[in-house]
Amino acid sequence: MHEEVSRGTPDLSYCLADPMRIRRASFPKLQSLRPEVSGFKKAEPGGPGRAGSHGGGGEREGPDEAPTPARPGTRKCWGERSGVETESRMVVTSLKLQDLIQEIRGAKTQAQERELIQKECAHIRASFRDGDPLQRHRQLAKLLYVHMLGYPAHFGQMECLKLIASPRFTDKRVGYLGAMLLLDERHDAHLLITNSIKNDLSQGIQPVQGLALCTLSTMGSAEMCRDLTTEVEKLLLQPSPYLRKKAILTAVHMIRKVPELSNVFLPHCAQLLHERHHGVLLGTITLITELCERSPAALRHFRKVVPQLVQILRTLVTTGYSIEHSISGVSDPFLQVQILRLLRILGRNHEESSETMNDLLAQVATNTDTGRNASNAVLFETVLTIMDIRSAAGLRVLAVNILGRFLLNSDKNTRYVALMSLLRLVQSDHSAVQRHRPTVVECLRETDVSLSRRALELSLALVNSSNIQAMTQELQAFLESCPPDLRADCASGILLAAERFAPTKRWHIDTILHVLTTAGSHVRDDAVANLTQLIGGAQELHSYSVRRLYSALAEDISQQPLVQVAAWCIGEYGDLLLEWSSEETEPLQVEEEEVLALLEKVLQSHMSLPATRGYALTALMKLSTRFHGDNNHIRQVVSIYGSCLDVELQQRAVEYNTLFRKYDHMRAAILEKMPLVERGGPQADEEGKESKAAAQLSEAAPVPTEPQASKLLDLLDLLDGPSGNAQHPPPLDPSPAGTLAHLLDLPCAPPSPAPIPNLKVFEREGVQLNLSFIRPPGISALLLITITATNSSGDDVTHFICQAAVPKSFQLQLQAPSGDTVPARGGLPITQLFRILNPNKAPLRLKLRLTYNHFGQSVQEIFEVNNLPVETWQ
Amino acid sequence: MIQAILVFNNHGKPRLVRFYQRFPEEIQQQIVRETFHLVLKRDDNICNFLEGGSLIGGSDYKLIYRHYATLYFVFCVDSSESELGILDLIQVFVETLDKCFENVCELDLIFHMDKVHYILQEVVMGGMVLETNMNEIVAQMEAQNRLEKSEGGLSAAPARAVSAVKNINLPEIPRNINIGDLNIKVPNLSQFV
Repeated sequence: MHEEVSRGTPDLSYCLADPMRIRRASFPKLQSLRPEVSGFKKAEPGGPGRAGSHGGGGEREGPDEAPTPARPGTRKCWGERSGVETESRMVVTSLKLQDLIQEIRGAKTQAQERELIQKECAHIRASFRDGDPLQRHRQLAKLLYVHMLGYPAHFGQMECLKLIASPRFTDKRVGYLGAMLLLDERHDAHLLITNSIKNDLSQGIQPVQGLALCTLSTMGSAEMCRDLTTEVEKLLLQPSPYLRKKAILTAVHMIRKVPELSNVFLPHCAQLLHERHHGVLLGTITLITELCERSPAALRHFRKVVPQLVQILRTLVTTGYSIEHSISGVSDPFLQVQILRLLRILGRNHEESSETMNDLLAQVATNTDTGRNASNAVLFETVLTIMDIRSAAGLRVLAVNILGRFLLNSDKNTRYVALMSLLRLVQSDHSAVQRHRPTVVECLRETDVSLSRRALELSLALVNSSNIQAMTQELQAFLESCPPDLRADCASGILLAAERFAPTKRWHIDTILHVLTTAGSHVRDDAVANLTQLIGGAQELHSYSVRRLYSALAEDISQQPLVQVAAWCIGEYGDLLLEWSSEETEPLQVEEEEVLALLEKVLQSHMSLPATRGYALTALMKLSTRFHGDNNHIRQVVSIYGSCLDVELQQRAVEYNTLFRKYDHMRAAILEKMPLVERGGPQADEEGKESKAAAQLSEAAPVPTEPQASKLLDLLDLLDGPSGNAQHPPPLDPSPAGTLAHLLDLPCAPPSPAPIPNLKVFEREGVQLNLSFIRPPGISALLLITITATNSSGDDVTHFICQAAVPKSFQLQLQAPSGDTVPARGGLPITQLFRILNPNKAPLRLKLRLTYNHFGQSVQEIFEVNNLPVETWQ
Repeated sequence: MIQAILVFNNHGKPRLVRFYQRFPEEIQQQIVRETFHLVLKRDDNICNFLEGGSLIGGSDYKLIYRHYATLYFVFCVDSSESELGILDLIQVFVETLDKCFENVCELDLIFHMDKVHYILQEVVMGGMVLETNMNEIVAQMEAQNRLEKSEGGLSAAPARAVSAVKNINLPEIPRNINIGDLNIKVPNLSQFV
C-alpha cells in the first residue's frame, strides 16, 4: 500500500515526460526563483519564511508546471491521465532531483518532510529493484540529497557500483560521487569497486580517470591502495597536468594507508619538482612533506632538493603577479605556505640546509607586506620556519618582532594566529615571548572566546617566579569576567601556577581563597584537599586563615568548595577564631553562638551538597571541644541529624551522638587537633625541587597515614565493642578504616594503592623510554608519570625533548627534564615528571613526541600510548 | 589535512556535507548539528577560528569558517594546515562557485548539490588542496558538463530506446501496479461502463 502511494508521486510529472522539456522546464524554474532570492537573502525568518517562499514559488509555477503536491486523490487522477497520455510516447516515471528538492522545501513540518522522503525512498528502492539503467543516475542523485539531510541511504551502495561500471560519463560521475559519500572503507563492495577503478584508471578518458583518482584518494582502503599502485604510478608520468596533480595526491593518500608504498613514489618526486604547473607543484610538495614526516631516510634524501625549493619560492616571491595564481596581490600563497612548511621540516636541526634557506627567509620576511590575509599567512609560515630551523640570531629577532607586531593588528584572525604561534614558541624561546607579555595580557580582555582562550593559555605559560604576583592579579581579574567555559581552565591554571611559584604561604592561601570565592563551583575537587593541607601545614597562619575563611563564609555559603574548606578550618581552629590576635589588621568580633549558627545554616541550606554537610557536622562536633561554652546546642543539632535521610550523614550523627552520651570522657582526646600533615601534593617553590619531592612521595606518603589508621582501628573497637544496645546502624562500609576516615575528615586517608607496574613505551637503537606511575594518595585524580630515557647504544643522545599531549578532559603539566643529553652506554638517564589530572577518571591516553639527535641524525617519533595500566586512571 | 567540509544555512539546514574521514551517518549528522550550534553563537566581527567540537576529534582540530549572506562554509582541519591559508581557500571555493553558477546564491547550492560536489572535487581531493587556480577549475567543470550534455543527446538515444521498450513491455506493468490500486479503480470503471 505504501509503495502504491509513492508510485503516485512521480506520475504527476507527466508533463516532464519529454526529455527536452525536462531541460527547458528545469532552468526557467530556477530563474523564476531567482528574483525571490534577493528577498530570501535579506530575511528568511525561519520556518514561516521557508513555507512562504515555497508558496510563492508554487503559485507562480501553478499554471504551466506540474502542480506541487496536492491531495492524494488529485494526484492519483493526474497519474491516471499521465498514464493514458504518455503511453504512446515514453514513460518517465520518476521525479527529477530538482522537483524532489522543491517538494521537500515545500514541506511545512518536519513530519511532512519525513513522510515525503520516506515515500520517495520507497520509490527509489523500487526503481533500483526494477533496474532501469536510464533512471539509475537520477535516482541515486536524489538519494544523495536525501542522505545529506540525514536519512538512511545505505541501500544505494550497490547502485553506485552499477553506475560506476556503466560506460557513460554521466553515470560514472554520480556513481563515483555516491561511492565517496555512501561507501564505507570496510564495506564489502570494495572488492567490486577496485576492479572498476582499475579499468577506469587504465582505459578511461581523462575526466573519468580524474573521477577514479578522486574516489581512490577519498575512500581507498589499504587493500585497494596496494592493488592499484601500478596504475597510479603510471598516471604520475602522464603529460596532462590535470591527471598528474590528482595522481600525486592519490599517492599521498596511498602512503598514508600503506607506508611501504613510499618506495614506489619517492623516486618520482625529484622529476615532478621541475614541473611548472602550480597544482602539480603543490601536490608534489605535499607528497614530499608526507614522505619526510614518515621516515628519516626520506628526510635525508630530500635535503638535496632544498636549493631547488628555495629557487621555486624565490621565483614566486620576486615575479610579478599572475592573474591566475594571485590571491589579493600575493602570488600563490598556498604554494608558498606549503614550501615554507617543507623547508621547516628539512631545515630542522640541520645546519647546512638552514644556511641555504636563511637569505630567502629574510627576503620573504622583509618583502611580504602585511595587511592582507594571504600575505599574513605567508609571513606566519615564514616566522615559524625561522624559529624552527637553525637560523641566524638576527633573523630570529626579526621573526619574533613580526609576531609582536601582529598581536597589535586590528584583524582578529591575525591576532589569533599570532597567539597560536607564540604559544608554539613559548617552550623554545621563552624569553623572546616573555617580552610580549603585556600585549598578551591585553588580549585577555578580548570578547572573542577563541582569542581569550589562546591568550589565557599563553599567559599561563608565561607565568614564572618573577612575575607570578602581577600575572596572578591579571588572571584573577580575568577569572571574574571570563566566559563560563573558560572558568574551569583559568581557575585550575591559577591554582597550578600558585602551587609552583607561590612566593609565600600566605600569598598562596590568599590566592586559592580568592579563586574559591570567585569561581568556587568551577574548581576541581582536589582544590579543597590542597587548601586544607596547605593551611594545616602552615601553623603560623592558622589564625589568619580561619578568620579569612570565616568572613568569606559569612558572606556567601553557596560556593561549595569554599564552604567545605571553611567548615573544616572552623572546626579545626575554631578556638583561634575567638582569640584576640594582635597582628591582624581587621579585628574580628565573633561570638561562639554566631559561629555555631553559621555552621547550622550551612547544614540547613538547600544549596549544600551532602559532602559539605558532612564537613559542617564534623566541624560542629569538633567545636564542642574547642569552645568553652555549653554543648547543649551542638548535642541538639547532632541528634537531629541522627534521623537524616542521607545515610552517610545519619551515620555520622549517630556516631557523634554516642560519643556524647557514652564516651564523653574520651571525646576531647578523640577530637583533638589534627597532627600537622606533611603535604601530600608537591608544593616546593622551585621546579627542580618539585620533581624530587614527587619522587619521594611514594615512600613518604604512607608514613603519616599509618599511625592514624591504627588509631582509627582502636577507635572503631571502642565504638563497636559495647554497642550492642546502642541504636546506631551497623557500618555500611565493610572496611573499618574507610568508614572512620570520613569521620574525622583525614586529608589523606585512603590506603596507599598497590604500586603500578612500569611500562616500556619506546625502544630504538638502544634508546629506551620507560614510564613509571605514582598515584599520590589523597588526590585521587592526580597521576604522576616519571619518564626515564636510557641509552645503551654506543653514541650519545643529544637534544632530547619529550613532549606529551592528553585528551581535552585531562590536565597535563610537564616539568622540566633533568637534562637533554643521555651519555652513551648506559650513562645517567634523563628523567622528567608529568603531572596529569584526571578529574573524570576517564581512560587515559597519552601521545608522546620525542625528538633527539643520535648517531648524527635527528630523530622524531610521535606515538600514542594506549596500553596504560588501568590502575593509572581508575 | 582537511577532515570535513560543511556548508549549512543560517538555520542549520545542511547544503553540502563532505567528510574525508569516515564517520557513521548518525555521527555525521551530529557533527553538522554541533558545528552549527558552535558557529551560530559567534558574532560576525570576531575571529573565524574555533576549537573543534567534541565529536570530530577534540582539541587537535579546528573549525575555520566564513559566513556569506545566508550560508556558513565550515572547514574542519587538523594542525597541519595553515589557518589563514584555509580562509583564503574558502574564498577561492566560493568565488569558483560564483563563476560556475553566475552570481551564486543559496538556491543554486540547494538545487545543484551534485554540481557543488563536483566543483569541490576539483578544489580539494582526499582532504588535500588540489587546485587553487579558479580559471582552471572552471574550465574543467565546463569541459565535464559539455561531456555530460553530449551524452544526454544522440549517444544516449539507444539506451533510452531500450528503457522505453522495457517500460512498454506489457507483462511488466501489472507487476508495478499495486493490487490495492486496482481494487479501488476497477469498480469505478465498471460503473462508468
